[in-house]
Amino acid sequence: MISCDAIETAAHQIMHNAAIDIPEDYRRAVAGMAAREEGLSCFVLQTMLENYDAASADRRPMCADTGLPRYYVKVGNEARIEGGMVALEKALRVATARATRDIPLRPNRVHPLWRTDPNNNVGMFAPEIDWSFEPRADWLELTTVHKGGLFGTDYRMLFPGDGVDGIKRFLLDTLIAFGKRGLACQPAIVGVGLGGAKDACMTLGKQAACLRVVGDRHPDPKIAALELELKDLGNAIGMGPMGFAGRAMVADLHIEVGHTHTGGMPMSVHTFCLSSRRATVRICPGDAPQFQFQYRSDPQWFSDYMRREGIE
Amino acid sequence: MNAPDNRDDSTVATVAGAGAGPVTRLTLPASADDLARLQLGGVVYLDGVIYTAREGVYKRVVEDGAPLPVDLPALSRVNFHCSPAAARDASGEYRVGGVTATASFRFAKWMRAWFALSSANIIIGKGGMRAQDYADYFVPAGAVYLTTVGYGSGALLGRGIVRVRDVFWADELGSAQALWVFEVADFGPFLVESDLAGNSLFELHSREVNTRIDALYAGLKAPAMRRFGETDNRQDELFQATEDGGD
Repeated sequence: MISCDAIETAAHQIMHNAAIDIPEDYRRAVAGMAAREEGLSCFVLQTMLENYDAASADRRPMCADTGLPRYYVKVGNEARIEGGMVALEKALRVATARATRDIPLRPNRVHPLWRTDPNNNVGMFAPEIDWSFEPRADWLELTTVHKGGLFGTDYRMLFPGDGVDGIKRFLLDTLIAFGKRGLACQPAIVGVGLGGAKDACMTLGKQAACLRVVGDRHPDPKIAALELELKDLGNAIGMGPMGFAGRAMVADLHIEVGHTHTGGMPMSVHTFCLSSRRATVRICPGDAPQFQFQYRSDPQWFSDYMRREGIE
Repeated sequence: MNAPDNRDDSTVATVAGAGAGPVTRLTLPASADDLARLQLGGVVYLDGVIYTAREGVYKRVVEDGAPLPVDLPALSRVNFHCSPAAARDASGEYRVGGVTATASFRFAKWMRAWFALSSANIIIGKGGMRAQDYADYFVPAGAVYLTTVGYGSGALLGRGIVRVRDVFWADELGSAQALWVFEVADFGPFLVESDLAGNSLFELHSREVNTRIDALYAGLKAPAMRRFGETDNRQDELFQATEDGGD
């Protein structure tokens, strides 16, 4: 049995980890690009590296726009949660409100029309909680992502005849539109969703950007090759951080695909940011804390089970 | 922090920065002479008092006619487009974690009126404004625009905030939109995006990037179905001219 106290404690802790400590995979990518860039682009990346160090040393958020804090939950099929899923969701909402005060996070969540701010990042459909499941497991995994919300994302219905050319054009359109003046906060991990229903297309692209680490490749070798081709295309734009002339636009590019309508090829593009904030914990049943909470920065969200084809 | 240790009694000193322009330290309020010496792409650190005002404050003051909650021209002439991540501790003091700018282009329509009311001469934010906005609003006001670096350097900027001196309209506007007054030291780095003549660093770089855009699309066939849009020219400035907020 996994207790609600344990869930709230872990959910609160990963909010700290995400807001303060840059994931190592992304930091390495930025350092690599800083070594290759020149002029202002290089200065910006070096400043960001110093900023990561300042955040970790001071235990303060690396970016004050702590985005729209949210959770991704993976539940082992054999996991048992005290109080059930309703109690789990409540623990995540309580943890969000507490973390907002304790870290502190910026209370970004407001009513869309009245602009009223509950000052705790909790509200209607907030924080978002996405669910997935894993067979033959008795643990629970929580991932939080803090991602800014205004720029860098777009969706388009393409058609099968548009082919890879259509994909490339829409990727370029999105990266250029939001890359100007650096509104997308590049260089970023870019997620591309292809297929699915429209909402699934958006979700897959978002998760590809936020839940896969730099260097991770899609298991389908042809899709993996397309990931690298599109990454190189983004870096050939000639635009670096803040839209300055440079080559550092895409830290990595991940594609997720879902079976889709026979007549369409919907595509979404999502850019994570220079503060790619994600943190994960696995909560195992039992009482000993050192075994109970296993923290990491790789969400390992896309399992074989999640990407399965066929009926099983 | 890597702020160069070159503080002296003059308000302006310069050293070479890594890949950027000369580094300048400004003691606030900055004089017209201080601002005249800033170069596009130069790095700036600030010491003194600054405040935050964004759409909530602009609407309230410029459109609704509410009086400024404090004598801003006397207090500070630096308006930072941001909302801090801040929380009140048990003693009632505010604790600021990180500070990060928000995109300024949305506020252009209020700038003429805001300059007249506030006497601001430094605007800090994310992404700058259109070159035309600098010509129309900033140059007549004798103001420059400084951009934050990378847009995520919130921890470095958070270190530069010595104290929260005041917060106004936190209840009315929420903490993200409130008018915060900060005492800052070694506050930066910022890059000079627009100088007193209204030149724009972003525009210079956009021009260079634009020279290569057509080649990227060469040979890629257009999708079967077009979309409505305000522009299909990838070299266009995407910030839209907005109605002047009036003065």
